[in-house]
Amino acid sequence: MAKVKSLADLKRMKEELQSKMDLREKSNDPEGLVQIKVAMATCGIASGAKEVMEFLIEETAKRGIRTVVTQTGCMGYCYAEPTIEVQIPGKEPIVFGDVDIKKADQIVEKYIKNGELVDGIIPVNYKTLD
Amino acid sequence: MKDLSLHIMDIIQNSVRAEASNVELEIREDLEKDIYSISIKDDGCGMSEEVLSRVLDPFFTTRTTRKVGLGLSLLKQSAEQTGGKLEIYSKEGVGTELQVLFSHKNIDRPVIGDIAGVMVLLVSANPNMDFVYKHHTAKGEYIFDTKEIKEVLEDVSVTDPNIMQYLKELINENLNTII
Repeated sequence: MAKVKSLADLKRMKEELQSKMDLREKSNDPEGLVQIKVAMATCGIASGAKEVMEFLIEETAKRGIRTVVTQTGCMGYCYAEPTIEVQIPGKEPIVFGDVDIKKADQIVEKYIKNGELVDGIIPVNYKTLD
Repeated sequence: MKDLSLHIMDIIQNSVRAEASNVELEIREDLEKDIYSISIKDDGCGMSEEVLSRVLDPFFTTRTTRKVGLGLSLLKQSAEQTGGKLEIYSKEGVGTELQVLFSHKNIDRPVIGDIAGVMVLLVSANPNMDFVYKHHTAKGEYIFDTKEIKEVLEDVSVTDPNIMQYLKELINENLNTII
């Protein structure tokens, strides 16, 4: 496939995409989707949150899982970065720590697809020191 | 931080938190003058003089989740290691401007890294904000402007993974012609 080099190319690709009806109306019903927040403050970025976020966006789309992947600030778990918060519709959000690409893959396959918990959950009662 | 693009991503998160609606990133490379400059300008809420005077202190942050704020300090250190500097100007209610100078040829200057990936993540994570990214080198300049992009995309969202991939390609292909 030819690479996108100009705005005209982008327009062509967009039209091609629209004709395939591949576009999902995400914004209409974010509540019904799996919501993933990636902590993207200095601590997260320095630990590799960018790669994790790119992986989650690309892979959940490829695997046909409807998600909204967004960024959030520092949740105070700097020691466990990169951290992500996953909320499956109708369930409480869960924060996972030390998420590299391998862990992100596990979270997608086990937790998001099957509801099976995986290692690395940060308990909700964990608070930062004052 | 591994490279300059990650620093840029980190600093622009400050603009996001300052509720900016426009962020302008400008990178100028001038090998003759040995300058690699990065400027980031936003129209966010800005800072008071008191906050501004402490903002480069690594033990100062406006966050409540932790006690340190390393983003600007790390970038400043990185610039100073090459003989460069970091300057920050801000006015409450108007916005903030950051200028960072590196020595282009210095071996300690981090590489730019995946700036296309960073821009696309920022654009897709903040679809209501507008970003302009200008890159100038001796070979020419490239301007990535999300206002233009959104006009082309019309009702298709910048958050769509396919569109994100195309935008990344668009930036990379154009940067390759000038870097």
